[in-house]
Amino acid sequence: MELWANLIVLTWAVAFMLWQGVGFAITLGTVFAIWAILAVSLNLVVGFTGLLSIGHIGFFGIGAYAMAFLTSDASYEQLRTEAIPTLGWPFFAALPVSVVLAGVTALLVGIVFNRFRDDIFVLVSFGFAIIAFSVFLNLRSVTRGAFGIHEIERPAIGGWVLDGEVEFLVFALICLALVVLVCWLIVTSSFGRVLTAIREDEEAIAVFGYQVTHYKLAVWVISAMMAGLAGGLFGSWTTFIDPNSFILLESMLLVCIVILGGLATIWGSLLGAMAFVLLDEGMRFLPFIPSEFVGQARQIVLGILLVLLMLFRPQGLVGRYRL
Amino acid sequence: MSAADARDAYAVETIDLSKHFGAVRAVDELSVSIPHEGITSIVGPNGSGKSTLVNLLSGVLPLDGGLVILDGVRLRVVKAHETPEHGVTRTFQEVRLFDQISVRDNIMVVLTSRRLLPALLERTTVAHTERTEQILREVGMWEKRDSLAQELSYGQRKLLEIGRALALDVRTYLFDEPFAGLFPEMLERVKEIVVRMRDEGRTLIFISHNMDIVRELPDHLIVLDSGRLLTEGEVHDVLSREEVIEAYLGD
Repeated sequence: MELWANLIVLTWAVAFMLWQGVGFAITLGTVFAIWAILAVSLNLVVGFTGLLSIGHIGFFGIGAYAMAFLTSDASYEQLRTEAIPTLGWPFFAALPVSVVLAGVTALLVGIVFNRFRDDIFVLVSFGFAIIAFSVFLNLRSVTRGAFGIHEIERPAIGGWVLDGEVEFLVFALICLALVVLVCWLIVTSSFGRVLTAIREDEEAIAVFGYQVTHYKLAVWVISAMMAGLAGGLFGSWTTFIDPNSFILLESMLLVCIVILGGLATIWGSLLGAMAFVLLDEGMRFLPFIPSEFVGQARQIVLGILLVLLMLFRPQGLVGRYRL
Repeated sequence: MSAADARDAYAVETIDLSKHFGAVRAVDELSVSIPHEGITSIVGPNGSGKSTLVNLLSGVLPLDGGLVILDGVRLRVVKAHETPEHGVTRTFQEVRLFDQISVRDNIMVVLTSRRLLPALLERTTVAHTERTEQILREVGMWEKRDSLAQELSYGQRKLLEIGRALALDVRTYLFDEPFAGLFPEMLERVKEIVVRMRDEGRTLIFISHNMDIVRELPDHLIVLDSGRLLTEGEVHDVLSREEVIEAYLGD
């Protein structure tokens, strides 16, 4: 099954690329890289530590808005009543801020969330997603609310602006590779082994001298920082963001990807993100789905997929663990 | 004997220790002293507060009143993660392993650094794998090292949990019903381990319902009834006392 899952998804990816052409594949690749960073980082929390968070999108949004706020050249804003200051930072100055701001928020939120676990944790993380969205929508002096922020900077190295899609894809994949490397180092370290023990029985591991709350807080912050990185990339890539990219549904899709790929497996999250992107983008080329239905169709298909998965393969495509 | 030795003569003491669940006084102003030497068994009828006592001593449950003294350190609040520093670890009555990780990792996880940053940077070392192998061989679980803990039989789970406690090199071990539900062969194995631990100079405190074992193994007996100390002392002496026979053994 694991072999089959790998083969199917990868063959599908190649077939799709041949079918739709390289140009589209490059766009898909970038979307994949961003979702994959999110999925891998969320798996640290959900799969390895056993904290089912559905608020991850909030940190993604914080990263994206930090990037947007700091780099956007808001000169076009003059006619608007709620002009935001024009800072015009370069991309590489803003990206660390995206990461750190997501991390600091996670630290503050985490200190409160640390006392919760299991289903209560799901609920409070849901609360976080709602609050984050609400802030994006209503804190207009920073986010411009529903208007969104335009003209977010693309990365520039020296005088070389990564304007092209290929350059950005390469950059996004480098970021993904770094995130995967860091996650791998974490889960194969002694720290990572303690995380899995926390997932299995946090009271029992505490008796052996591990301060569980510290471990949970640390992994929560690290994971959020990675989501912040993905957010920064996303904002820069689309050059325009508004609160609709950070709704709760996106968070749920993210959890679906992690479960689809498999809990507590980094490769599974990559595979899950790949399958999701192919499914999501691929759907619009299916001739028998009416075009006005495509947007909803992906949610329906993913929903059905999740139910089927829970029925027949709760450990996901390549996973070993169950919720 | 120096002052420090005198202070540490007891592995575990409690002073007026209390814990209630609603109106039920599970542990009721209990004062006991458990010496470092030898094996101590805690006995008593169901609901007499034995497991609650162990949960209080190991920080799994918060105290409602009184004091716990672990290895000479007086504590009003026992934090679970600090108990190893006080030289104490335990097993659970309803075996609590890390089910979805391997037998090997169940041991190795308690050998690694307790501090965050060093733990993040620490990889599995030769010392870790060697100690893990040693422990697993000691409890006879080496053959099962790659299985998930949840795939083990009940007896094997008990052994692995004892192994996990042994992996922590502390002085005092609290075993909550280590002999319950074991087939004779497994029971002998656990008994061997317990005796070996005593011979190594470790302090063993276990709860048991098995009277054959209580007559045979421990040097010291503590009898609880309704959360209070009924009596304590040398095993055969205690077992012949009338109040013990009445409250616990008599029918």
